[in-house]
Amino acid sequence: MSLELTQIEQNMLAGEHGFAARKSMEILVALAKIYAADRMIPVSSVQVAGVSYDNLGDAGLEFIETMADGGGKARVLTTLNPAGIDIQDWQRLGVDEQFAKKQKQILTAFARMNVITTCTCTPYLAGNLPHYGEHIAWAESSAVCYANSVIGAKTNREGGPSALASAITGVTPQYGLHLTHHRKPDLCVEVTDKPDHSSEQLATSWFGALGKIIGQELERKAAKHIPLIRGLPGASLEELKSFCASIATYGGVGLFHMEGITPEADLFEHPPDILRIEAGAVDQMAEAMRQITSTEVDFINLGCPHLSIKEIAYIAHRLEGHSVNREFWITTARTTKQISDMMGYTQIIERSGVKFAADTCCIVAPIKGKYHTLATDSAKACYYGYAKNAFDIYFNSLDDILNLAIQDANREQSA
Amino acid sequence: MILRGRSIYPGTAQGEALVSSMRISFFGGVDPETGVVLEKDHELEGQSVAGKILIFPTGKGSTVGSYTIYRLKKNRANPSAILNVHCEPITAVGCILAEIPCIDQIEIEKFKTGMFLHVNADIGAIEIIQNDDLKPLK
Repeated sequence: MSLELTQIEQNMLAGEHGFAARKSMEILVALAKIYAADRMIPVSSVQVAGVSYDNLGDAGLEFIETMADGGGKARVLTTLNPAGIDIQDWQRLGVDEQFAKKQKQILTAFARMNVITTCTCTPYLAGNLPHYGEHIAWAESSAVCYANSVIGAKTNREGGPSALASAITGVTPQYGLHLTHHRKPDLCVEVTDKPDHSSEQLATSWFGALGKIIGQELERKAAKHIPLIRGLPGASLEELKSFCASIATYGGVGLFHMEGITPEADLFEHPPDILRIEAGAVDQMAEAMRQITSTEVDFINLGCPHLSIKEIAYIAHRLEGHSVNREFWITTARTTKQISDMMGYTQIIERSGVKFAADTCCIVAPIKGKYHTLATDSAKACYYGYAKNAFDIYFNSLDDILNLAIQDANREQSA
Repeated sequence: MILRGRSIYPGTAQGEALVSSMRISFFGGVDPETGVVLEKDHELEGQSVAGKILIFPTGKGSTVGSYTIYRLKKNRANPSAILNVHCEPITAVGCILAEIPCIDQIEIEKFKTGMFLHVNADIGAIEIIQNDDLKPLK
């Protein structure tokens, strides 16, 4: 099987559309070669990762600027992953001025390429929402998993440069998860455990711990698997968002199916291999993810992946009238924060002493060394908090994290 | 002896082989300023990939690793060529950004650290120069 390119794709590769289009097509042709794709297919939506200056450094910044100088323009709707700073409010969050300057340079270069600079890992909550069956090219492992599994759009797990290449050319090589026969489940996961506090449908930590169990099990099996998960009574957007982030982090999963919940679950026969998750297994995992006691926590973060407006409304309701004394960040998309502003949630939350950090998150912000221990409801944040920022982790449910913040303040008041 | 593989990114290079039987994660695993392998307990830990023909089975880790390869090039700490058994997207894209010759589908057991190699990634050829040929004239 050899790769056939259309005339315009050949022209791009030959440099007739400028440097950026040539580099982009070189990247996509190499991927096509590695995965034996025989053609490119059009995509209608792109999500680019590799945005924070903390990850890109000067070389990455220079590359993005070279692409912008080289005439790169997004041909399709393209949005960005979180940046290293809250673009409007970085000073209050203690970011170094030089870092902020470099970060803004990166965003300016993306904007010159007509990329929409909503910096979020939840593009599907910020105006970049593909429909069922649509071919897209997304980076950001949690969003890839959400788009494939929950929405039923089709994307491979792109990296930052290959996603940008698809934005500039409007195409991606046809292989992997773009092909229906590669979306078949090959392992059943039978879950007999269930969350015990799902009244608000915000059992995010429970779903995160479940994602870690399944992800690690798949990683141990070494081969790439697409699990079909059975036995869950339901899952909210927030719970699925947390689950996607976790199973992608711990198992490299780009697609799963959930019976009764995700749209492609009924399309395929159930595979014979079964992995069982017994009652109590998820709480046991969550317990194992708590490395430290709550009193040792010096930094609290909610918003990995970025919080939805429903989560922010709930947090505002819980924090109203309380004051929080520890460093506590809410990380979310700028657009979600704007809804929160409009509803008065931002004011309530900030009055309690909690800070908003829009556009950024605790994985890509330059906070290593500033804090030492992290409290979070996110299984993904546990992994990167430890691996990238050397934090010791206190993992617990959304409610427990909020209780910790509130009780803490009450204790000090009564002391 | 001339060995053949599949060209991933063209170009030519020559130099000493640095062979790893373990996969390499560039993001977090290799210092972008110096080229020194940082990953704990990696068989190349503490060694520099700079200027070497770097040979390993396949890449792993974060996709940001492509930019790490680009940073290595900007800092002149890059391998002069990369040879893989199976090249995955992180390494392939990194080589394209940094314009580092890259070949895959090689038989890794044919190579040993310290061998002197000529790499012609335009045609996917690797020549092993016999150590005898390299002895300085007395």
